[in-house]
Amino acid sequence: MTDKYEHMIKTVDLKKDFGSLKVLKGVNEHVDKGEVLTIIGPSGSGKSTFLRCLNMLETPTSGQIFFEGTDITQKGISVDAHRQKMGMVFQHFNVFNNLTVKKNITLAPVLLKKKTQKEADEMADELLARIGLTDKKDAHPSRLSGGQKQRLAIVRSLAMEPDVMLFDEPTSALDPEMVGEVLQVIKELVKSGMTSVIVTHEMGFAKEVSDRVIFMDDGNIAEEGTPTELFEHPQNPRTQEFLSKVLY
Amino acid sequence: MLQNIIKVLSKYGYLFADGLWITIELSLITVLCSSVLGSLLAIARRSRLLPVRFLCTAYVEVVRGTPLLLQLYFFYFMLPNLVPALKLSEFTCVVIALVFNSVAYVAEIVRAGIGAVDRGQMEAARSLGLSSKQAMIHVVLPQAVKNILPALCNEFVAIIKETSLASTFFIGDIMTTYKTINGFTFLIIEPLLIAGIIYFCVTFVLSKAIAALERKMKASD
Ligand SMILES: Nc1ncnc2c1ncn2[C@@H]1O[C@H](COP(=O)(O)OP(=O)(O)OP(=O)(O)O)[C@@H](O)[C@H]1O
Ligand SMILES: [Mg+2]
Repeated sequence: MTDKYEHMIKTVDLKKDFGSLKVLKGVNEHVDKGEVLTIIGPSGSGKSTFLRCLNMLETPTSGQIFFEGTDITQKGISVDAHRQKMGMVFQHFNVFNNLTVKKNITLAPVLLKKKTQKEADEMADELLARIGLTDKKDAHPSRLSGGQKQRLAIVRSLAMEPDVMLFDEPTSALDPEMVGEVLQVIKELVKSGMTSVIVTHEMGFAKEVSDRVIFMDDGNIAEEGTPTELFEHPQNPRTQEFLSKVLY
Repeated sequence: MLQNIIKVLSKYGYLFADGLWITIELSLITVLCSSVLGSLLAIARRSRLLPVRFLCTAYVEVVRGTPLLLQLYFFYFMLPNLVPALKLSEFTCVVIALVFNSVAYVAEIVRAGIGAVDRGQMEAARSLGLSSKQAMIHVVLPQAVKNILPALCNEFVAIIKETSLASTFFIGDIMTTYKTINGFTFLIIEPLLIAGIIYFCVTFVLSKAIAALERKMKASD
């Protein structure tokens, strides 16, 4: 099973236009199993678009995306099946407002026949205990704080037992006092070996958890390297300019 | 005048009761049929096939761009000629015309109700691997219903008033009752006042009930 493919995710000359606006201009990137890749860059540089292309929430204009060896941009391929193995966490949580906290977690695994209702319930209990939301399991999401919603959104994805997690600015919509609790959950997750792609503006966090950091600028990868390389010795003037703005 | 009103009521009150019943029957049948068909139309408008989308949109635009009275005439006179085999009653023709009209408005209500659900809900469901149909059924529609239901009730109230146009064909609704009594007694103001008060009472009570329902649904979030 393992190593039939070179990288868990690989993009080849990935381009995305919105009308006449060229948002991704040919991105060649890869993510390896167990790797934690963070994406930083100025607003509008295409970070979210890149991440959303990885699970085909945006349809690329051209180029290819290989997930576990399969080109998921092919016509006629079942994207749904591949999405089951790619968890995604959104800036605005997007927890299901019509379902209880516990149902948020069990809906997909049961519906997609990954688990029986009983198995899913047991797993939900475990996941809720892990994020300290056990006493809220029958509440509706409107009763949760932003930080609680985002932690719920994270474990909702985990219930599908994904091979990779995609995070799109998971803490940007949170009140400052709730950022820490969410970052803590993500830290524990990556420590346990979860392959992750994280778009973030939290530079300290990026430095701490990343194996590799890429700096996106205007639809291109302007620079990439280890956290030390990128944060301590940026080579590209655009990277230097960006970092000087966000770090001080 | 008050005397006349009392006289009309005591002599022809039963006619108003019959009229009220027919108005409500007509409105209920219309709103029920158009709720089902309008929802289907709203879903069809989201089809991947361009011709389907085009036809549905054209239908909505045509209905909304022509007067209901004209549509009533059209169905009343055309339908029996077009399909004589069915031997459609006048009442049925009127119902079909009202449904034809109301479906377009219901489709818009349903569309707006779905559109008001945050796009992120669908995206989150899809990102977990749900098909768009599963996401629709389990996540989006249950939330859309909260927007749609009160608007549908308001459509019911609007239809109650619109059915008065069908009295052109003497189908026995409240407005027909007015015309009948006017024919018997040559009174105008008095039976008109009675009809107006009946319409107002029904729609007022319904509107208040809908507002209460809406508040309750908001609270249950
Ligand atoms: N659905 C869309 N339709 C049209 N334009 C879009 C769409 N989504 C994104 N864009 C545009 O594409 C560009 C890149 O957007 P993207 O969201 O990928 O940037 P980002 O790097 O994530 O920025 P931020 O840090 O603000 O989240 C922006 O100019 C944005 O306005
Ligand atoms: Mg973004």
